[in-house]
Amino acid sequence: MSGRNHSRALGLALVAIPALFVAIGFLQMRIEAATRTVAQQQEQLLLRSGPMLKRLSLGYDSLLGDIYWTRAVQYYGSRVGNHGEKFELLWPLLDITTTLDPNLIVAYRFGAIFLSEPRPTGADRSDLAVELVKKGVAANPNSWELSSDLGFLYYWHLKDYQKASAAYLQGSQVPNAPSWLKMMAAQVAEKGNSFSNSLGIWSELYDTTQNEKVKKSAFQHLQSLHALQDTFELDKLAEQYRKQYGRYPASTNELSERGLLQGIPLDPAGFPYTVGADGKVQLDPNSPIILPKASERPLP
Amino acid sequence: MSAIPGIVAVNTFREAVRDRVLYNLIVFALMMIGASVLVGEISIGISRLVIINLGLSAISLFGLVMAVFIGVGLVYKEMEKRTLYSLLAKPVRRWEFLVGKFGGLLLTLTVNKFFMALGLAAALYYVSREFLRADATVLLAIYFILLELALVTALALFFSCFSSPMLSTLFTLGIYVAGFFSSDIRGIGMVTHSPAMQTTARIISYLLPNFRNFNVMAAASHGDAIPFSLIWQNTAYAALYVALLLIAASAIFSGRNLK
Amino acid sequence: MSTPAIEIEGLTKDYPVGFWRPRMRRSLDHLTLQVEDGEVFGFLGPNGAGKTTTLKVLMSIIFPSSGTARVRGKSIDDVRMHREIGYLPEQPYFYDYLTARELLDYYARLFGFGAADRRERITRFLKRVGLAQAADVQLRKFSKGMLQRVGIAQAILHDPQVIFLDEPMSGLDPVGRREVRDIIHALKREGRTVFFSTHILSDAEMLCDRVGVLVGGKLQGVGAPGDIVSMEVYAMEILFETPAGRPLPSSLAKSAARVGGRHRVEVPEDQLYPVLDELRSCEARILSITPLRPTLEDYFFRLVGRENSTPQPVEVASG
Repeated sequence: MSGRNHSRALGLALVAIPALFVAIGFLQMRIEAATRTVAQQQEQLLLRSGPMLKRLSLGYDSLLGDIYWTRAVQYYGSRVGNHGEKFELLWPLLDITTTLDPNLIVAYRFGAIFLSEPRPTGADRSDLAVELVKKGVAANPNSWELSSDLGFLYYWHLKDYQKASAAYLQGSQVPNAPSWLKMMAAQVAEKGNSFSNSLGIWSELYDTTQNEKVKKSAFQHLQSLHALQDTFELDKLAEQYRKQYGRYPASTNELSERGLLQGIPLDPAGFPYTVGADGKVQLDPNSPIILPKASERPLP
Repeated sequence: MSAIPGIVAVNTFREAVRDRVLYNLIVFALMMIGASVLVGEISIGISRLVIINLGLSAISLFGLVMAVFIGVGLVYKEMEKRTLYSLLAKPVRRWEFLVGKFGGLLLTLTVNKFFMALGLAAALYYVSREFLRADATVLLAIYFILLELALVTALALFFSCFSSPMLSTLFTLGIYVAGFFSSDIRGIGMVTHSPAMQTTARIISYLLPNFRNFNVMAAASHGDAIPFSLIWQNTAYAALYVALLLIAASAIFSGRNLK
Repeated sequence: MSTPAIEIEGLTKDYPVGFWRPRMRRSLDHLTLQVEDGEVFGFLGPNGAGKTTTLKVLMSIIFPSSGTARVRGKSIDDVRMHREIGYLPEQPYFYDYLTARELLDYYARLFGFGAADRRERITRFLKRVGLAQAADVQLRKFSKGMLQRVGIAQAILHDPQVIFLDEPMSGLDPVGRREVRDIIHALKREGRTVFFSTHILSDAEMLCDRVGVLVGGKLQGVGAPGDIVSMEVYAMEILFETPAGRPLPSSLAKSAARVGGRHRVEVPEDQLYPVLDELRSCEARILSITPLRPTLEDYFFRLVGRENSTPQPVEVASG
């Protein structure tokens, strides 16, 4: 029996407190919208030194590492699609994450792809990607996935087939590593840049990753490689046609009519191929597939 | 409007002054002087950066320590020392007492930060040889720190109504840290794949007091302008949250049997 | 005014005792009591009886488990009631970083007195409690007696109609106690109601219009000190000396007690003259004959004795 005043105060609290929380929640959303624009004007990461942060975190480094990992993911997710986006903070964020928690494999794998991917999907810094993954391999010698990622980076972006093979070999020596790593080491050393190697590497990435974005990127690359393969094949057929009929075919229909092809070929997205005036086969303008850049193209 | 909270506030301020709490100003002044002299040789841009970062960090840290350590004793001390007995026999409502104690500590903090602001301004002037437009951002940063401290004080006062200073300090600092990382809590929720976790994390992140809103140290050290909307939003945020905490504290305290 | 100054009705306070399975300890048991305007009322009882608990409930420092109380017609829930009352707590604690003057000024402000009014009151009341010299000394340097005086000053500086004092004489030397008694007398002359608790019975007998006795949280009796104890003489006390060498009469030898060089004996009233004859026969010198009446003390000890003979629950908190 604490009296009238207590009942009144309790009553006010029961009514006002939920209402205030709601108001506070909305206000918070507005504040975050405002500070986002301020932050976008200037990229700010006050402390870029991973080792410094590790010392400051007073033993809670892996927790802080997780926090920075989520920030890295959010950073990437909120900016992908921005015109001219350079993802300047992606490397520092991932570097700090992995300094704080060197065993956070997902962070290295994420960085392997999205630091190296050209714009607008990534930061176009394969050198940083390699540095990150090397750090990961050193800290996690039992992770064949990271060695495989390193192999991928050397093969696809840096075109250094020796080092790529070495990385695959190192990965194959990890106990419980899948057997394709050894095969890949041999094939890359032997054939260098080839369709089968590229397809193989991207397929393994697609199969082994758990990150949705990485999977999507791998899928797009696979589609793009298949499309490129198709265009090489179709280019050969177009040459054959020219030799036979004195001119390039106007479309793939003509190839099919003349029996050089069976059916109308469609690209992996379901669009038909077109033949240019120079006899080079192109993708349909409506197709979402993007062919690999010249520097990325395996030799036929 | 009742005058009682104001009267209690002035007395609380007097207690803080006589407790020599404001002597931390001396330490601050020494720090600022030392820093100004040390960085005097480096280029103006960097020395301004150092002075501002150092000054604002010190202002924030000293303020935090004051707000927590005095705040958790605000009500507890009066209950323990039984000074409340004769006070509550006067025509003073329990909520008026709480608001007064809060106001008193806030007043103490404001005076303290005011003098620190002067010290920081003096150091900046010494280093830049003139007052720059960018200095206004620094003043604004200090105002935001004050808003942050008001929130921390209200938190400490709330806990002071029912728990010992040690526990109250733990709770207050705990919520401060949690509130500081509230956007990360939301982020962690998003990285998990369970919608229940995501929603829970979201709700928690909006309910916790988000202390990062008040941190514009980076903008201040680079001399960026701060949008006016952020000023009134932060002020409103602090005011609403303080009101919430004071109402909650009153609800608890007005039914409490004292020793 | 027909409304009593203080009306307490069925006031009960239970405290949980023990950590694992708290039991309720009843420190106030349906206290019902009325004090009239202008009375000086003494609230008596041994330590732990519940006197301080009663006062704390009246001040809304703690809240009753059941029951109500009104002062000057206003419920104790009503903050406006506090304008008309003054309170001296049992062991007064005040802000020790303030001086006496500053403390009284602080409290005076809470009542809304203007600056000039405050100055005047502070000077007047400091003088009244004998602290004029120490007005600007910090309270942390005050002795217990001085703190008690400040306590009284802060209880009356706003001219309240009803004043509550919890053990006002405690910690004071005889001079101090006399001064407090004088203050209470003066308050009564001013027509104010004084309600004070004490376990010093002689003070109660001297000061109070009525007393109430609280034992174990229950009100045992209320009435004028003279009503509670009968005015009847129950014995006669004779003080006498015997001449050197003369033995006492045999009938008295057992019942007489030596007090210094004298003898003392208590005899029933109807035995007075026969005993005097015996004393005359042995040439004793009569020093005094005094009728004995029961004091409040006797009544009190009878009550407490009776209470103590019944099994008591274990008392944890003092009250």
